Amino acid sequence: MQQFVNLTLGGVITGAVYAAFALALVLIWRSTRIVNFAQGAMGALTTFIALSLIEGGQSYWVGLVVALLAGLVIGAVIERVVIRPVEGGPELNAVIVTLGLFIAIQALISVLFGVNQRAFVAPFSTIGFKAGDFTLALSPNTLFTLGAVLLVMVGLTALFRFTRVGLAMRASAFGQEVARLLGVRVGRMLTLGWALAAVVGSLAGMLIAAEVTFVAPTFMDALIVFGFVAAVLGGLDSPIGAVVGGLLLGLALSYVRGYLGDELVGLAALVVLVVVLLVRPGGLFSTTQTRRA
Amino acid sequence: MSDLQTPASSPASGAATSDAPTTATAASNASSVQATGGRTLLPRNTLLRHLLVLVLCAVGAVILLESTDLGFNAQIGYVAFYAIAAGGLTLLTGLNGQISLGHGALMAVGAYTTALLLDVEEPLPLVVIFLAAIALTSLVGAVVGVAAARLHGPYLAGATLALAVGLPGLALYFRDFLGGEQGLTVSSPDRPDWFVEGIRTLSGNSASGVKWIAYIAVACLLVTYFLLANLMRSRIGRTWRAVRDQEVAAELSGINLGTWRVLAFLVSAAAAGLAGAVLALVVRLTAPTAFTIVLSLSLLTAIVIGGLGSLLGALIGSALLVFLPRALRDAGESLDMDAAQAAEISYVVYGVILVLVMLFAPAGLVGSIRLAWMKQRARRAGARTRG
Repeated sequence: MQQFVNLTLGGVITGAVYAAFALALVLIWRSTRIVNFAQGAMGALTTFIALSLIEGGQSYWVGLVVALLAGLVIGAVIERVVIRPVEGGPELNAVIVTLGLFIAIQALISVLFGVNQRAFVAPFSTIGFKAGDFTLALSPNTLFTLGAVLLVMVGLTALFRFTRVGLAMRASAFGQEVARLLGVRVGRMLTLGWALAAVVGSLAGMLIAAEVTFVAPTFMDALIVFGFVAAVLGGLDSPIGAVVGGLLLGLALSYVRGYLGDELVGLAALVVLVVVLLVRPGGLFSTTQTRRA
Repeated sequence: MSDLQTPASSPASGAATSDAPTTATAASNASSVQATGGRTLLPRNTLLRHLLVLVLCAVGAVILLESTDLGFNAQIGYVAFYAIAAGGLTLLTGLNGQISLGHGALMAVGAYTTALLLDVEEPLPLVVIFLAAIALTSLVGAVVGVAAARLHGPYLAGATLALAVGLPGLALYFRDFLGGEQGLTVSSPDRPDWFVEGIRTLSGNSASGVKWIAYIAVACLLVTYFLLANLMRSRIGRTWRAVRDQEVAAELSGINLGTWRVLAFLVSAAAAGLAGAVLALVVRLTAPTAFTIVLSLSLLTAIVIGGLGSLLGALIGSALLVFLPRALRDAGESLDMDAAQAAEISYVVYGVILVLVMLFAPAGLVGSIRLAWMKQRARRAGARTRG
């Protein structure tokens, strides 16, 4: 019973991080119809930038802000320079470009920061709360993780619902030509979408780094897969779907990890993905019918 | 091409570029007779032409292997297994338009099969072991292919990426059987007497185990490429191209899209299985760390650099995968970097090359050269008819 409670708690927490990461993928998919496979590597890069600041004596919060700002800049620059030429082109070309970025950025981290694992100190205590003599898998730091993810979700919802910029972004995602005719700077909105997604991805990197406590340049490899599975589970098009998909996947993988073994987590994600794609290819929340060209 | 088109997916620039992949790969898919305009010394009959090229390449390979030292022989073995897997992948991606990031995992299936079958008192003949590795990998590939046939573009990339991340976990889970983190050491097969005698009379070199394995690797490479080249020029290859370029038209012509996609995946997986078997022999160790995402992405790099759909391109790309890191590692070490960091520089270069090739020359090395050649010929032919 105790194990079940803790696995559930752990699943919700990692699920929240998957949800944030899936949300970043969905943001980019909605606006440019590209799955950014470099998202994990970009998040890892900004996390390592923050880590080197923290190791240099700065506080966690300075590191966090710098990581998010670095994500913003990297996301915008990448969209402007290498993604713009392949937008709207053959889908395979865009996939290969993001994979190229994935390889290049991940290797760049190793070149800049070394290939070894480094300790990442969480901003809050990681010692679990106690209920009687039973230690919960819930600590001040995991509360911070949950809070941060929640804040991002509320913030993004508010941005898209209540601001002019958000409306313009939704318009450019819905119909580029129409939006352009109505005076929306579509190019700028796409850049902004990528920048925002990179910020969310960077945050996910910082949060997962604090959870796993040791980071190597490849520490986001699994997250890109889990984030993608979560996003597909929710239908790639729907932000709400990404959040629910992330939580469901987090729970499922947590139970697999606890009851079957850590080694099978990747395989379980594959099984979930294949089942979803074969049974409900539009995701759990699909509303539009698929149609053929 | 896209099954999930919504209003958001048809930006203004989309219409103009939607036929780009066709032109991009058309160059690399043109037969060498077409590309050279018929003025060629090679026979017109496809099978004869390929047989002639096969014999020439075999002679060239023997000369190369005998005129270089053992260290270089071993590197040829590396090129061979990359090239076998890349050949299979270029058939899948270039010809049939399906991307796979899971070929590293499929190679693992072939490699572990080989390692397990060689690790007995009286191992079966090597040919049988290779065939077993190919058969098992094809089976896995067919299962993956059935799921993959319904996916496209980013969905397929994500699903196969999950395969690449998930499958090596099995080697850790079945620790006792598959060796866990440490992996399995592969016992080298005995070299037969006729090989030792043959090498001595041919070049006077001593026929070491490394040389025997290099010869096996090159033989596998040549046979695979011969079979793949014939397949690509056959009715089957044309059908795959039809499936890639015009789904609806292909279906109206009575082609079952799903069946052909699964078949492409199966053939491609068979090549990956053989590549894994050769890898096991060349590297002499199969461990999960050898079959990471990086391996799958390296294969993708090889076929994109060389030119999607071209076997020659896949071979050139594979050679680059082996020789570029060595050159860069030396350069990195002269800049006082430690070896592990210097080795990563090559991956920065791969990634940047992937992006640059896609932005500026989507047809890759071989494709771009052929495209330029065909354009020039067309211009010359045009000038002739006018004058």
